[in-house]
Amino acid sequence: MILKLEHIYKDYIQGKLTVPVLKDVCLNVDKGEYVAIMGPSGSGKSTLMNIIGCLDRPTSGSYELTGKNVLSLNERQLADVRLHNIGFVFQNFQLLPRMTALDNVALPLIYAGVRKRARRAKAREALIRVGLEDRVTFKPTQLSGGQKQRVAIARAMVNKPDILLADEPTGALDSKSSKQVMELFQKLNDEGVTVIMITHDSGIAGYAKRVVTIFDGELAEQKGENEQ
Amino acid sequence: MLENIRLSFQGIWSHKMRSFLTMLGIIIGIASIISIASTIKGTNEQIKNNLIGSGNNTLSIMIYQQGYPYIIDSWSQPPAGFREVTDEVCDQIRALDSVESVTRYNERQYSESIFYKNTALTNTSVRSIDGDYFETVGYTIRTGRNFIESDFKNFRKVLIVDQTAADNIFGNEDPIGKTIEISKMPFTVVGVVEQSRKFTPNINNLEDYYTYANADTTGYIFMPKASWPIVYQYDEPENVIVKAVSVDDMEAAGKGAEDILNATVSSSQTEFKYKADDVLERAQKLQDMSAATNSQLIWIASISLLVGGIGVMNIMLVSVTERTNEIGLKKAIGARKGSILGQFLTEAAVLTSIGGIIGVASGIGMAQVINKVSGVAVSIDVMISGIAVVFSMLIGIVFGLLPSVKAANLDPIEALRRE
Repeated sequence: MILKLEHIYKDYIQGKLTVPVLKDVCLNVDKGEYVAIMGPSGSGKSTLMNIIGCLDRPTSGSYELTGKNVLSLNERQLADVRLHNIGFVFQNFQLLPRMTALDNVALPLIYAGVRKRARRAKAREALIRVGLEDRVTFKPTQLSGGQKQRVAIARAMVNKPDILLADEPTGALDSKSSKQVMELFQKLNDEGVTVIMITHDSGIAGYAKRVVTIFDGELAEQKGENEQ
Repeated sequence: MLENIRLSFQGIWSHKMRSFLTMLGIIIGIASIISIASTIKGTNEQIKNNLIGSGNNTLSIMIYQQGYPYIIDSWSQPPAGFREVTDEVCDQIRALDSVESVTRYNERQYSESIFYKNTALTNTSVRSIDGDYFETVGYTIRTGRNFIESDFKNFRKVLIVDQTAADNIFGNEDPIGKTIEISKMPFTVVGVVEQSRKFTPNINNLEDYYTYANADTTGYIFMPKASWPIVYQYDEPENVIVKAVSVDDMEAAGKGAEDILNATVSSSQTEFKYKADDVLERAQKLQDMSAATNSQLIWIASISLLVGGIGVMNIMLVSVTERTNEIGLKKAIGARKGSILGQFLTEAAVLTSIGGIIGVASGIGMAQVINKVSGVAVSIDVMISGIAVVFSMLIGIVFGLLPSVKAANLDPIEALRRE
């Protein structure tokens, strides 16, 4: 089991009011799974994604990632978990506009302390993997939305993370690009990458092998699938 | 780290105008400091050169009467207890660590008893010298010969004249072999000496003026020490010139020689004393004075550095706000707090270092302009320039700290949400 969330609660405090966002969320994901977390806006899916991505901490509950209790880690250790264990893909790509595709992809390798020559080689390899070998020196402004998202996926994959965590990866894309990105996820999953995708779009969620829905902070397994 | 520096340059380059304006405060501050420091150093060197004569570390020890030089001539007799300076005393002085060489001389100025043919050479100064004089003071033989041992031993009536005296007395004639009459005794000129450039004296006080102004116009004639009693008096106390090993040794050399000479005085009077020139002390006083005035200017210039630093802080804060998204992303993909902090600190430091370098360059330029326009001596201090660049880097780090900490502490969730 690569990811194990148990009885996760998350409350936000707004003035004197405590707003529960996640209520008793349990989720187990095995290595090589392709899971979509589906829910409408305000359902708490972004909060869940932030907790899975180690950007946020739950109010209570336990979270194990690759067997490690990440809730006991300090900020610096969490940064290292994000660096090595998790690859993020965002709705709006989050590419640095002044850097080339290659430099964008190589960015996490800088923090991993990889030397420049190796960095470039690995980044190029990752770009080839997402089918952008001819866009290596392009800057984000010279790329289409779909290409940008593929660069972002290459960046997420470059450190060979345990989980690829995608937040509305097709939210800013047209249907054709969306399809390409989904096919890429499919391909990566076929190669053994664990994918967790958050979306409000049931069509997109349909690409996943397993769909869990979240509504009002409560997680439910889509029928027809077996809970672990 | 190297990566950070590279990225900083990229960032600075992509906002050329803004970066330049940010640096401007630093540039102006550093430039003013460098130009002021150059002026201070230039002035100091000038003072030192003027007072000491660059490269010449000699100073003279003379008899002083209650703080004023006492000049022996036909009217004023040597004070009681003062005798000729013996070879043993010279050896004692020469043995001092700070002393390179020693010489002694007697002198008459405005002597009315010196004649060439029928012309009285009233403005010519005559000195009796020992064998070390020319070497110590920096004269070289130009034509003819130097005094030799037998000149001293046999009380020969021979003379060496300096270039000025030769020109004044003999004009276009060859001085060698000519006869000059001193106190009715015929002396034969055997050589002409000239003083090397760096020993050219500088006039700083009345005494120097009397000594050198005459020399400038009418020159010196020199005779062997042994011949002095023939024309003047026997056992006349002499002036001593010591050459110190270095400029820094001058004070020690002067004091040492002074003490040795005063110990030879066999008299209980306290009115007369051997005293060394206090050129260094005078130079130091003048330098301190000019430095004090100018260091106030440096403080004022530092204020513009402070303002510049605040400007850097302001722009860095704007930059952090602008790049919230970038910071959020970097944190999400695994950048530690320290990496973000390092990135922004490096950027601030690179920015101000470039400002510092440009500032040093413009400061040097400004110093040259000051020199051209007002004639004030300037001298560029490499070390101060280096310190200025390092200092501007520190300004970047100090004033970049607040914005960098702000960046490092951004919550990635918030930061990523911001568009």
